[in-house]
Amino acid sequence: MPLSVELGPGLLTNIYDGIQRPLPAIQKKTGEFITRGVEAPALDRNKKWHFKPKLKAGDVVSGCDIIGEVKETSIITHKIIIPPNISGKIISIEKEGDYTIVDDIAVISTENSDIKLQMMQKWPVRKPRPVAKKYDPTLPLITGQRIIDTFFPVAKGGTAAIPGGFGTGKTVMLHQLAKWSDAQVVVYVGCGERGNEMTEVLQEFPELEDPKTGKPLMDRTVLIANTSNMPVAARDASVYTGITIAEYYRDMGYDVALMADSTSRLAEAMREISGRLEEMPGEEGYPAYLASRLAEFYERSGRVKLLGSEDREGSISVIGAVSPPGGDFSEPVAQNTLRIVKVFWALDADLADKRHFPSINWLKSYSLYLNEIEAWWKKEIGEDWLKLRNKAMILLQKESELQEIIKLVGPDALPSKERALLESARMIREDFLQQSAFHEVDTFCPSKKQYEMLRVILKFSDLIQEAVLKNVHIDDIINLKSRENLARMKTISNKDFERKLKEIEKEIEKEITNLVQGGA
Amino acid sequence: MASKDIEYTTVTKVAGPLMIVEGVKDVAYNEVVKIKTATGEERTGQVLEAYMDKVVVQVFEGTKGLDTKKTSARFIGETMKLGVSKDILGRIFDGTGNPIDGAPPIIPDERRDINGNPINPYAREYPSEFIQTGISTIDGLNTLVRGQKLPIFSGAGLPHNDIAAQIARQAKVLGKQEKFAVVFCAMGITAEEANLFIKDFESTGALERTAMFLNLADDPTIERIILPRMALTCAEYLAFDLDMHALVILTDITNYAEALREIAAAREEVPGRRGYPGYMYTDLASIYERAGRIKGKKGSITQIPLLTMPDDDITHPIPDLTGYITEGQIVLDRGLYKKDIYPPVSVLPCLSRLMDRGIGEGRTRADHASVSNQLYAAYAEGCELRDLVAIVGEDALSERDRRFLKFADDFEQKFVKQGTFEDRSIEQTLTIGWELLSILPKSELKKIDEKYIKKYLPEEKR
Repeated sequence: MPLSVELGPGLLTNIYDGIQRPLPAIQKKTGEFITRGVEAPALDRNKKWHFKPKLKAGDVVSGCDIIGEVKETSIITHKIIIPPNISGKIISIEKEGDYTIVDDIAVISTENSDIKLQMMQKWPVRKPRPVAKKYDPTLPLITGQRIIDTFFPVAKGGTAAIPGGFGTGKTVMLHQLAKWSDAQVVVYVGCGERGNEMTEVLQEFPELEDPKTGKPLMDRTVLIANTSNMPVAARDASVYTGITIAEYYRDMGYDVALMADSTSRLAEAMREISGRLEEMPGEEGYPAYLASRLAEFYERSGRVKLLGSEDREGSISVIGAVSPPGGDFSEPVAQNTLRIVKVFWALDADLADKRHFPSINWLKSYSLYLNEIEAWWKKEIGEDWLKLRNKAMILLQKESELQEIIKLVGPDALPSKERALLESARMIREDFLQQSAFHEVDTFCPSKKQYEMLRVILKFSDLIQEAVLKNVHIDDIINLKSRENLARMKTISNKDFERKLKEIEKEIEKEITNLVQGGA
Repeated sequence: MASKDIEYTTVTKVAGPLMIVEGVKDVAYNEVVKIKTATGEERTGQVLEAYMDKVVVQVFEGTKGLDTKKTSARFIGETMKLGVSKDILGRIFDGTGNPIDGAPPIIPDERRDINGNPINPYAREYPSEFIQTGISTIDGLNTLVRGQKLPIFSGAGLPHNDIAAQIARQAKVLGKQEKFAVVFCAMGITAEEANLFIKDFESTGALERTAMFLNLADDPTIERIILPRMALTCAEYLAFDLDMHALVILTDITNYAEALREIAAAREEVPGRRGYPGYMYTDLASIYERAGRIKGKKGSITQIPLLTMPDDDITHPIPDLTGYITEGQIVLDRGLYKKDIYPPVSVLPCLSRLMDRGIGEGRTRADHASVSNQLYAAYAEGCELRDLVAIVGEDALSERDRRFLKFADDFEQKFVKQGTFEDRSIEQTLTIGWELLSILPKSELKKIDEKYIKKYLPEEKR
């Protein structure tokens, strides 16, 4: 049998290496260091789970039908599903009770023979689990990150790439997404990266609360850690192990998000193995099949109609970090990834140097899901969401054009109208786009708050544009007291922001009206 | 593995640092080879590749004088090992692990495989203990913590050695007296540079808690491949068996990478960027990732690798791959050094990834994170304005912008610049930071909470 993973209750909260050996079990066997040739089963064979049957003898079933449930963690109910390639009639099914993952729980009579089913099933990692149909994504994956949700959103079932040189914040961003995105199950793959980063996740996640359920985040998370000093062949396997586990939870009907940090290390592992096999190299020594392998991996994402007799849906969103050498996006891994993914968050070393975080460059990044998910924002948050977003983008674009001119003539030489525009753009950058992952409130920004913040900033922008037309001096505007309040919007508690933002808005109106009347 | 007694005289080819032996049975990857030359001199090598009955051996002391007729090779049946005991401190070793300080060899408690094994990520303890180095740009802006790997990216002619020595001299964890050791690993540096460190360790009395592994510029290149592995095996022993806090200084990683490239070229491998092998990332990771802390163990390994960026180019594969593995970097800048600023730390591209957990209330001070962010943002803005001034002149700037310019200048002179023997406490560093921030209009201090501004901003500026 090709390299396969074990699927069943017990995956969540666990941490595995690239070939699904559980790291806690390995530590028990060999101590703090991983010696060669250790074996440990991925899932605990002795632990008993409380199984509740959902079907009865005589029912006709096909692949992916749910025959029972197990409460796996405080958040997730693990659906016991028929393996995709089996269909037939249930001859017998065990009654509610405690079973291990290797106990027989049902017997299915198929065309050829009777098959005994256990709670655990196996699946080869390089073969996608089949689905009935792929749908277009329509719902946003809410991440609580302003630049992502408002400016460059990713859809549930979508794909995104986040390339950037070292120190630009790839890992912090992926950790943020793993923490706050509103997927039900998160698979985090640390592929050839630092050991301490995985330790951070391991220490932090059990303490953090899932914003929706209030339960520990770890209860919805599976970790795969194949750090840079662990074997290269297992690194190559790690993302496939991860996505197969993601597909398994998707088949239960969950929205799953998979983060892979970093796909460049996966590509390098391919390169290393390909080199050892003495294959003819393609660009920069990478194997010629690099592009097709990456495409195969990302294509395992999607919002899908699941197999099975009932009409059920599930999704996998895939977010991959790319670590281009020298931060140069023209290299093969970044370029081949960009041809596949729909969302591109370009990390920028200049922004990172200025401690503008997240250092996603708003002029280079894009999202192709804006129109698909507009309906959701309209319905749930605000009718004019896309309009506001586009208006802000135009301001930022104009700012960058003006900056070219400033470099030649200095800011004072610009007319007041342009200087007011610069001021608005700066507020969008500093008071909206910048977001601190380490601030207790700012780390997660609800969609409604994002919308309100942007609306207030753009209102301010309109007001000052009007004011300069009525001959208010630009310096008076820059020295407005309410600007400070705008800057502190992001740290206003997520519970009573609506009231406070309204107050700020009123104050701005008052102050600017005073200025206009005083100036006239 | 091969029988220890067989002497193979079937050397068929000598190429660069490599030697090929044929007709060999049962050898293993990384197995140590004892080589006898025609003149009876003994050298050491290591198996790089075994295919059918052919074996590629890398010869540590170089292949000069080896011939295909009289040279013989003996495979000793084990991988490269280092004998360790607590007597290893205070000693100096060469590239093959033999003492070169004139004293007799140490009597090892144990012999360990120098290639080590990866630390199980599940067994790691997240590093969070603040190390005060006494250097403001590191303590204040890019805090070093125990178990971190924080390289110094330098260039030829910059004072990276002085900075490394200063860190080794001043590094301490506040309020604690703990067993502390230095492991110094010199790869291809000059005797003069090595002497700087030895003298410095001598003068501070640190030599007796230092283990030195030296491969100087004129020593065999290939030994540089195993040297850091020996040093780290020694550090692992000190940290995780003897409960010591080991600070490992690796210098110069650039020379290490050159040695790696030399072997890759001799093996006729498909080269990656700039001729460096495609597996350089993995290879460097097998060194850097040996830093860290382990749950339930008292000791720790902190690494300070030094590397000279060829032509000061941070995108060169060596600094680039290093930056992807290490937890941040300290970058030195020639321009600052020319302005007589020591240490010439160019703070904008610097980073410490483990800083957030190492600072704040109870570790350094509650306002530390916000002060650091504000200093960064303000200095970045000041530097940007400098470019603008070069074109439009200072008169074209607004009052606000002029204050940022002054901030940037003062920041370099007062915060970055300090003496080689100046050991600033974290309190001093933060105080200088607040003084500098008081140059700016208060409304610009957006990254700092109101309560800290009230508490720490110098009185007259509030």
